[in-house]
Amino acid sequence: MTFIQVIVGGLLLGAVYALFSSGLTLIWGMMNVINFAHGEFVMIGMYIAFLIVTYLHGGPLTFGPAAAAFLFLLGIVVYYSLIRHVIRGPMLAQILSTFGLALLLRYLAFWIFTANFKTLPQDLLPGVINVGGILIGVPQFVAGIVAIVLTVGLHLLLTRTAVGSQLLAVAEDRQAAMLMGIRPDRMQAIAWGLSGAGAGIAGALIATFYYISPTVGESLALTAFVVVALGGFGSVPGALAAGLMVGVIQSLSAYLLGPVYKDIVVYGLFVLILWVRPEGLFGKAGA
Amino acid sequence: MIVLGVVIAGLFLAYPWLIADDFYGRMGADVLLAAIGASAWNILGGYAGQISVGHAVFFGIGAYLPLLVFTHLGAPPVAGVLLAVLISLGLAVVIGLPTFRLHGHYFSMATIAVAELIRIAISNWDYVGAATGLMGPAVARTWLDLSFRSPIPYYYLFLAVLACLLLLTWHLQRSRMGYYWRAIRAGERPARSLGVRVARYKLYALLLSAAFTSLAGSLYSLMVGFIDPESGFGILRSVEMIIIAALGGAGTLFGPLLGAVILIPLQTVTNSLFGGGGSGLTYILYGGIIVILARFEPGGLLDLWRRASQRWSRRREPVAVRHAA
Repeated sequence: MTFIQVIVGGLLLGAVYALFSSGLTLIWGMMNVINFAHGEFVMIGMYIAFLIVTYLHGGPLTFGPAAAAFLFLLGIVVYYSLIRHVIRGPMLAQILSTFGLALLLRYLAFWIFTANFKTLPQDLLPGVINVGGILIGVPQFVAGIVAIVLTVGLHLLLTRTAVGSQLLAVAEDRQAAMLMGIRPDRMQAIAWGLSGAGAGIAGALIATFYYISPTVGESLALTAFVVVALGGFGSVPGALAAGLMVGVIQSLSAYLLGPVYKDIVVYGLFVLILWVRPEGLFGKAGA
Repeated sequence: MIVLGVVIAGLFLAYPWLIADDFYGRMGADVLLAAIGASAWNILGGYAGQISVGHAVFFGIGAYLPLLVFTHLGAPPVAGVLLAVLISLGLAVVIGLPTFRLHGHYFSMATIAVAELIRIAISNWDYVGAATGLMGPAVARTWLDLSFRSPIPYYYLFLAVLACLLLLTWHLQRSRMGYYWRAIRAGERPARSLGVRVARYKLYALLLSAAFTSLAGSLYSLMVGFIDPESGFGILRSVEMIIIAALGGAGTLFGPLLGAVILIPLQTVTNSLFGGGGSGLTYILYGGIIVILARFEPGGLLDLWRRASQRWSRRREPVAVRHAA
């Protein structure tokens, strides 16, 4: 029974991984850029939840949308002020720009909030669900379900709406999209906004059951890299499947080998994928 | 130009005499050490254009081995230096072969993951001191322990190593290999179509880079006499090498040295101004510098200076012509 419970817990956590990784993979697919500050976007989402609960006494229905809105704007600002200018520059500038942003955001949070762990009060989403002997905490359950719904929603947005088609058109062929009257700049800004919003909500969801610290983004970003590499660069459904997988692998290795191993196994898996199948498990060869 | 070079070299040689203070002597040694690490990174990241964010792995191995042979065998720490270089070379091959099939951002991601994997493993491995780390000899037993009270011997040791590294880099950048590296940086596919064996020359760059990064790590632990997982394998160690090289100018001979001369004193100042809480501010500063650099001056300060001096000489030219006439 414990075993099944561990797997269910892993799936719920993995759903949240899928949500913030899908933003990372969207950006990669569109512009061949990895946002090294993506983990810090999640971290900011967590602190927004903390601030709103502490100072405005808001609940999840307030801080979830607030985190999404704030990071949507941050994503757009980052795109227009930074990414747009380095995207045609040398590789070093591209990598340094988001990497420097990550350092800046991480240590600004460190400076403002100190290194002390913060947690949200336990009574925000109280209770435990009992499904045939499997116990699931309500925060984890809500986070997992919302994350899956939003990830699927992002996929539908990309594949079923006009905006989504325009986004994919820019990803496919920038020049041709321009000839069709699409503004690539605006579309890429929207992609950065969506990516940020996903990270923000994911942060707000994780904050309900996880400790909040300035450096939490570092390991979350690495997890997202693994998910993106596993799911294939640029694929939202791939990120969903890979996110769930990584969540389960993490929970199982923590349960079977000890908590220390949860990251070692996942990063080891990443290195293994690099050796065997650099295009990702679900990715297309030559991508 | 030659006069300027001689003056600067003279300043570096005379620095310990110009300031008879241990604090600034130590800062000078720190500058040189940072310059060695950044110059080593520069071979792979600057010349060959493969942006590794995991060079802390080699630094950490270099830093751990000397203290490891001291802790477990009682040998002088220096005995571990060569061993560390050999292990780093071996690991470079193991890491390099798969990751070199990856390009650009993907390569950088992979190097971070490998470095973090090894950092977590070291933090949980009791034989290498786990999270607490390792100590060197408290008092020098013989001169072989290379444990000095004054920073000046370290300063000259580091200066000698840096001089060797820069001389080697200078030689290589003018050689066939240097041209291959720049061709690879400009574009792997075109380079390959011109007959450059891309994988092989990337590996050569990584091997050289790893060996000297490992050496930098060894020199660090010889001077400091203490190492823990964060200061050896932490991601900020890799970041420091990159930002120093990029600030001065990645892919230039003296860029990393220039970056170190600017950044390390800056770091010393912020640390002493803001005390223990200063480390956070230091990295805010680092992050800000990196972002501004990437946005406005991706070529670094040397590139800025080159362009400025070109504009200046162009403006002077008509005057010179008038004189000649």
